[in-house]
Amino acid sequence: MTSPASDADFLLRLDAIIAAHAGREGPLLPILHDIQAEWGYVPEEAQPVIAGALGMTRAEVYGVVSFYHDFRDHPSGRHVLRLCRAEACQSMGADELADRVRAALGIDFHQTTPDGRLTLEPVFCLGLCACGPSAQMGERLLGRATVEKVQRLVAEAGMGAGA
Amino acid sequence: MRIWVPLDAAAKALGADEVAAALAADFTVTRNGTRGMIWLEPLVEVERDGVRYGYGPVEAGDVPGLVEALRSGAAHPLALGPVEELPWMKAQQRLVFARVGVIDPFSVEEYQAHGGLEGLRRAVEIGPEAIVADVTESGLRGRGGAGFPTGIKWKTVAGAQAPRKYIVCNADEGDSGSFADRMLMEGDPLVLIEGMAIAGIAVGAVQGYVYIRSEYPDAIRNMEAAIGKARQAGILGQSVLGSGHVYDMEVRTGAGAYVCGEETSLLNSLEGKRGVVRAKPPIPALEGFLGRPTVVNNVISLASVPWILAHGGAEYAKLGIGRSKGTIPIQIAGNVKYGGLFEAAFGMTLGHIINEIGGGTASGRPVKAAQVGGPLGAYVPHWNFDVPFGYEELGAKDALLGHAGISVFDDTADMLKLARFAMEFCAVESCGKCTPCRIGSIRGVETIDRIAQGDQDGIPILKDLCNTMKWGSLCALGGFAPFPVMSALTHFPDDFSGRGAPRPANTYREAAE
Repeated sequence: MTSPASDADFLLRLDAIIAAHAGREGPLLPILHDIQAEWGYVPEEAQPVIAGALGMTRAEVYGVVSFYHDFRDHPSGRHVLRLCRAEACQSMGADELADRVRAALGIDFHQTTPDGRLTLEPVFCLGLCACGPSAQMGERLLGRATVEKVQRLVAEAGMGAGA
Repeated sequence: MRIWVPLDAAAKALGADEVAAALAADFTVTRNGTRGMIWLEPLVEVERDGVRYGYGPVEAGDVPGLVEALRSGAAHPLALGPVEELPWMKAQQRLVFARVGVIDPFSVEEYQAHGGLEGLRRAVEIGPEAIVADVTESGLRGRGGAGFPTGIKWKTVAGAQAPRKYIVCNADEGDSGSFADRMLMEGDPLVLIEGMAIAGIAVGAVQGYVYIRSEYPDAIRNMEAAIGKARQAGILGQSVLGSGHVYDMEVRTGAGAYVCGEETSLLNSLEGKRGVVRAKPPIPALEGFLGRPTVVNNVISLASVPWILAHGGAEYAKLGIGRSKGTIPIQIAGNVKYGGLFEAAFGMTLGHIINEIGGGTASGRPVKAAQVGGPLGAYVPHWNFDVPFGYEELGAKDALLGHAGISVFDDTADMLKLARFAMEFCAVESCGKCTPCRIGSIRGVETIDRIAQGDQDGIPILKDLCNTMKWGSLCALGGFAPFPVMSALTHFPDDFSGRGAPRPANTYREAAE
């Protein structure tokens, strides 16, 4: 995949995002969230531009991007399926569910299906602790999740994306 | 006929959006928060003659039959009767969650009709000093886990001299088993706004931030929508309710770091830095966000304030036990038959909460233990369930209240595996600033793996390591991770011994049958 930085309008779009947060107190996280929403990850080429605009060093910006689990340095699959691994969900069989989902999808956590359609990620608590185990894909939430329910969710999303 | 279908994330996870869409063909549907009875979600409510009748749990496929029954007035198998009369609702004392599930969360009008803004109006009337005095008198303590008296914190910030002060709401509710913050922000976001505005007036802060974890997109959306409504209604802005006090606020989204629930780490994150813990002193009340005096309070602490102001601190202090005053929204979660949120005065025993209110396990098997207070909370064994729910009371059992979330486990739970998870979680989420947490948690995982292989010499090493982490860590992440580990080891030594080979997962099942 080619870097979005080679797109003619990359800097324009990046500058617009940075400008939208001008004057805010502590603008870096909101900027990074917007960048990730725009390109699906935080392109490395964006970091010196942000650093320059905010009066930070490149190392400082890199340090922030790499600290937080949410910020990616490479694109994810078109959909991200997140399975909760926390204690309340474990008490309802989250570990067994994770094993079955991994087997069904043929990928491990942090991996993407070969067709680039789906990335599997762990998550530590979705706040759905009274109806575990839980899962999330985009806007869709799943309580009392089973491997069948998860597969149905994945299949529906696949159709929605035209895959 | 008015119909309600919850918009709460838990209700949505169980199909509420599909049910609402199906009902919308025949009725006007209002989306409310959840009543907290998660086993009944999606819970559809219908108002007749001012009484709300419940039907649940409703699946999208049930809707045609339900519509038919509602039209004809016939009985329906999912009918629950008047919602307010259900035993779960009647047994509660809902002060903070009084409106959650009752009103349209975005209607300032309905909010006021149910007692909203009374606290803020009185706050404007009595002024900063009297507000702080009232909150102090209420005995309210931090509901995020630390339990620091809210009034004292506010007094410190109020007394600090600075050109700009802040109110920061810690809505980084990362503890497994906890969902009170989420449920409140989704079901009654205006009460949090009101509480923060009162805090702003009390300490002289003109700007507030709600730091919400990114795992809660619904709460983020609802808070932002409610802030917009509050601005339109003059609750926020250049003159709060026409008082002349300036106060406004905005939502900030976290980025998936559990440690940002620690207040100094949260402040660094809010400033756009790595979420690394700061050494205290200086305390955030004097040098907080951008080095300025800052109130950092949990969602439930701030949302308790409007009731306290409306009814007086003395009224609030009448509830509870010992130094645990008022009510606490208990979150009953994990392997439990009736899971959800139950707000009550402090003092019920853990056993009553789990076995009577929660109805025991969902699996129908005996309860083995419950983790109270999230991933850093102790596993309380079932034979210690006579402990009353309170800060000091749980502390006396080497446990902690935390955010009052309870994750229940049945007798198939493998305590060694759960102890290992606690160390692994600490290793993944450590901010890296202090060595006991950063390195200790990794050594903890390795040592528990040794014990799992049958090496009993690992046990004293694990105990020693826990002691070092407990006393040597900079914040609660490394400092409290030993609680789940040590409680598992102390109360369930059999799970840590005789493990030459990994045991089959069903050992307990066989033993019990």
